[in-house]
Amino acid sequence: MHEVDMTKCLLISLNEWRDRQAQPTAMVETVHLDVGRFTCVEPNQLVTTYNAAVQGSWLDGSELTITEIPFVGRCVACNASYNPVPESAYRSPCCDHPLKEIVSGRELRIRSIDYRTDARAALESGQIQRTR
Amino acid sequence: MHMPLEDTLDLNLLTANQHQAEHNHQHFQGWDLLCLNLMSSPGAGKTALLERSLPALAADLRVAVLEGDMTTLLDAERLEAVSIPVVPITTGRSCHLDAAMVSGGLKLLEQRLDPSGLDLLLVENVGNLVCPAEFEVGEHHKVALLSVTEGDDKPLKYPLMFRQADVVLITKVDLLPHLPVDLAAIRRNILSINPNATVIEVSALTGEGIHSWHHWVQQALAARKQPVPALATA
Ligand SMILES: Nc1nc2c(ncn2[C@@H]2O[C@H](COP(=O)(O)OP(=O)(O)OP(=O)(O)O)[C@@H](O)[C@H]2O)c(=O)[nH]1
Ligand SMILES: [Mg+2]
Ligand SMILES: [Zn+2]
Repeated sequence: MHEVDMTKCLLISLNEWRDRQAQPTAMVETVHLDVGRFTCVEPNQLVTTYNAAVQGSWLDGSELTITEIPFVGRCVACNASYNPVPESAYRSPCCDHPLKEIVSGRELRIRSIDYRTDARAALESGQIQRTR
Repeated sequence: MHMPLEDTLDLNLLTANQHQAEHNHQHFQGWDLLCLNLMSSPGAGKTALLERSLPALAADLRVAVLEGDMTTLLDAERLEAVSIPVVPITTGRSCHLDAAMVSGGLKLLEQRLDPSGLDLLLVENVGNLVCPAEFEVGEHHKVALLSVTEGDDKPLKYPLMFRQADVVLITKVDLLPHLPVDLAAIRRNILSINPNATVIEVSALTGEGIHSWHHWVQQALAARKQPVPALATA
């Protein structure tokens, strides 16, 4: 159910991005998303709801590509990185220390957007732009 | 296509919600009140806790409640019975409150009273252990409730909620004699995923532990003028 809300958030962000562009965006090819494994988002469901939500909108035909970011913690006792797992209560395997510091896994970000600014120019040059 | 590192947009997916949450938070600071976001699975005892706490808290604090029941007014009606201002938030069928919904609730609240006269604003979120943890509403602190009937593995199965919470209330402890649940294991699991959490055992039925919970609220009120931790992400 929350993938619908996440898709809404994504569309708001994309609309805001479009409104900030100096040149009108003719077409979005691909939206690249980073999704951490320690978030409430399930990537496959997000892609499904995205594809349904963009139908008939300016994003129709665009593709959502998700890169999953691993859940990594750091043991504050010995400084080692580890993958926290529920089986060991997210504690560090090295020192059996609680999960104090999270290194990655909380990402929910639009990393980049592949888009064409002008359909005719893009057709002639075959160029797709990527956000900076 | 390979993407160079500097070629990034790096836009947080929840940016729009976070902006609204910061906006709400500015209101809370302006009104000089403490806002707590109460979250749990359905039925863990959020409304029961409020019913028990509100009369005692209202003895020396001015309190209001934003009630985020999914579709009904049932919880708001239960709380109206204790004569505290309660504003129901329309969530439609959303599985969590977001900052915009709370902003709508605040506008309704302002029609009823002047929020700068309040000390404490309690927000009862939609019963759900997953999504509410991801959506800031501008609160000063997140309060997670976990009832003993849910089992000691729940902090491990729903880690984000218990990681994000500043305080975790283990509720319905009056039922412990009837259950094969290990209270020490609940505590250990919460503190494994979130060693910074304050864990308090309470019963809304008997009143056990309610004093400790109120003490925590008073401490949070006293500390509220200090800078709030940055809104969570990455
Ligand atoms: N024995 C016992 N029962 C409790 C306690 N607190 C709540 N309950 C019962 O648990 C049930 C659910 O309590 P609620 O307060 O409605 O839970 P909630 O979290 O507000 O539920 P939703 O808003 O629907 O998510 C009710 O039948 C309460 O009477 C408690 O401390 N002890
Ligand atoms: Mg309730
Ligand atoms: Zn270690």
